Amino acid sequence: MTSPNPAGAPEARPPGGVVTAVPVRHPGRWVAGAVVVLLAAMLVHTLAYSWTDRYGQHTPRYQWNVIGQYFAAKPVLLGLEITIELTVLAMVIGIFLGIVFAVMRLSTNPLVSGASWLYIWFFRGTPVLVQVVFWNFIAYLYPQLTLGIPFGPAFFHFSANAVVTPFVAGVIALGLNEGAYMSEIVRAGILSVDEGQTEAAHALGMTRGQTLRRIVLPQAMRVIIPPAGNETISMLKTSSLVSVISVAELLFSVELIYSRTYEIVPMLMVACIWYLIVTTILSIGQYYVERHFAKGALRELPPTPYQRLRRRVAVFTLSQENTILQIDSLGRPGPGQ
Amino acid sequence: MWSGKLAVQAEGVRKSYGRFEALRGIDLEVAKGQVTCLIGPSGSGKSTLLRCINHLEKVTSGRLSVDGDLVGYRQHGGRLYELRDKEICAKRAQIGMVFQRFNLFPHMTAIENVALGPICVKREARSVAEERARKLLDRVGLADKVASYPSQLSGGQQQRIAIARALAMEPKLMLFDEPTSALDPELVGEVLDAMRTLAEEGMTMIVVTHEVGFAREVADALVFMDEGVVVETGQPREMLASPKNERTRSFLAKVL
Repeated sequence: MTSPNPAGAPEARPPGGVVTAVPVRHPGRWVAGAVVVLLAAMLVHTLAYSWTDRYGQHTPRYQWNVIGQYFAAKPVLLGLEITIELTVLAMVIGIFLGIVFAVMRLSTNPLVSGASWLYIWFFRGTPVLVQVVFWNFIAYLYPQLTLGIPFGPAFFHFSANAVVTPFVAGVIALGLNEGAYMSEIVRAGILSVDEGQTEAAHALGMTRGQTLRRIVLPQAMRVIIPPAGNETISMLKTSSLVSVISVAELLFSVELIYSRTYEIVPMLMVACIWYLIVTTILSIGQYYVERHFAKGALRELPPTPYQRLRRRVAVFTLSQENTILQIDSLGRPGPGQ
Repeated sequence: MWSGKLAVQAEGVRKSYGRFEALRGIDLEVAKGQVTCLIGPSGSGKSTLLRCINHLEKVTSGRLSVDGDLVGYRQHGGRLYELRDKEICAKRAQIGMVFQRFNLFPHMTAIENVALGPICVKREARSVAEERARKLLDRVGLADKVASYPSQLSGGQQQRIAIARALAMEPKLMLFDEPTSALDPELVGEVLDAMRTLAEEGMTMIVVTHEVGFAREVADALVFMDEGVVVETGQPREMLASPKNERTRSFLAKVL
């Protein structure tokens, strides 16, 4: 492969015929690495720091002992359970309403798409906190909930106070609010699917409903999942707003404790650590859901963390042995050796 | 299968998008069991006419019928009533369509793509539909690609799956909308071969194409369209050798 090239003519080959390639140096990366290590050390120091008072007693700045004491306390765990219930129920309502209102918004009937627009306009345009409080006090507006024909006979009566407990008010408020945001996410997903897909489905004789369910929505999921995961994580924390209407979720539970003990910061840390743990679990779940809906869109599915770890280990051990091998995407050594 | 003699009949078919008239009075007859090729410059309305035949586009005026039935409408006492979604779907199920950009469902494997129509529209059992899908994929030479996703296949392979998908509905009429225009030159042959086999089996086909060679060999009738009207119709060999119309002549001079 030696072509005549007067400008960049290769030098004569060294004895043995092997030309070694020297990678370019990156001093900037070493400096950046050092800065990160320094900052990490400062963080560890401040988290582990403790005061010593004049009696010689050590008190950690972040009162880790208090955090440990309450971390798995029963009221905290009950609060965590209610937080998760609120998040799950609100997201289920939100996703359902989101799909309904997204499809309505794309309807050719101006009344239907207008109704959807109005819903989104109202629930995106008012603060969630106000919506939560509003639903809690719905009994002032409607002491009796009646199911019947307008201006006609009524079939069922409920006392609003009995049906709309603070927990129910919280679920309704968060779910309705989420529906408005989800509908825009779902609509973006539906719009991202190529029109040719709908045409091909129609040409086979599939109805509009079948086309939406079997062709458009499964493909839209690829676009919907990342922001929907974001919304779920956001909802986990937004659910803490219902503490204002005395629902004993995670934040309200720790508030109850610190109003007694005045250990405000450690109790807030307990709540934060739990929020972080649940968020982490949700992110992992999201990764696998995304992977599921990537089927067919990518030539090859992205590796799971376990597969990636295996590949890293394989590359590392091989580079140690200084052998050239092919490694496939699952980290298995290929037929190179 | 066919009740009348004519597979497709168009009388004064017009289609406009706002002020733009894509079809300006099309008269056309396609006999059953025949292969008709539509040729003409881009923007001449070939694809629009094809899409009107299975009601992907609504005609603005004129009469368009498939096997004697009006497309998308029912005539009753001098008036045309638009058909319901369900009725239109039932008509479309009898007409297969192959697109320029394949339009395979990317989230499904080859066999799922082919079996979807029968399962969804004809309510066939999955095992029956998949058995036929397997045979059809074998027929277009893709027996080994049953479990592949479209993104893992070449354009020619994807288009052959798209043909198998349309055939799975056992259509009486097949529409091809520039089936080889999006393909690399070396992949055109395999798709044309699949279409040629289909034509030899007696399928009624309407093909919008730029492949004049295919039209000459396979087509029973050749239709030249320009600016939304049918300019010339004839027997392919004669028409390609000695076009009567001036516009046909100048178009063929550029293409051949």
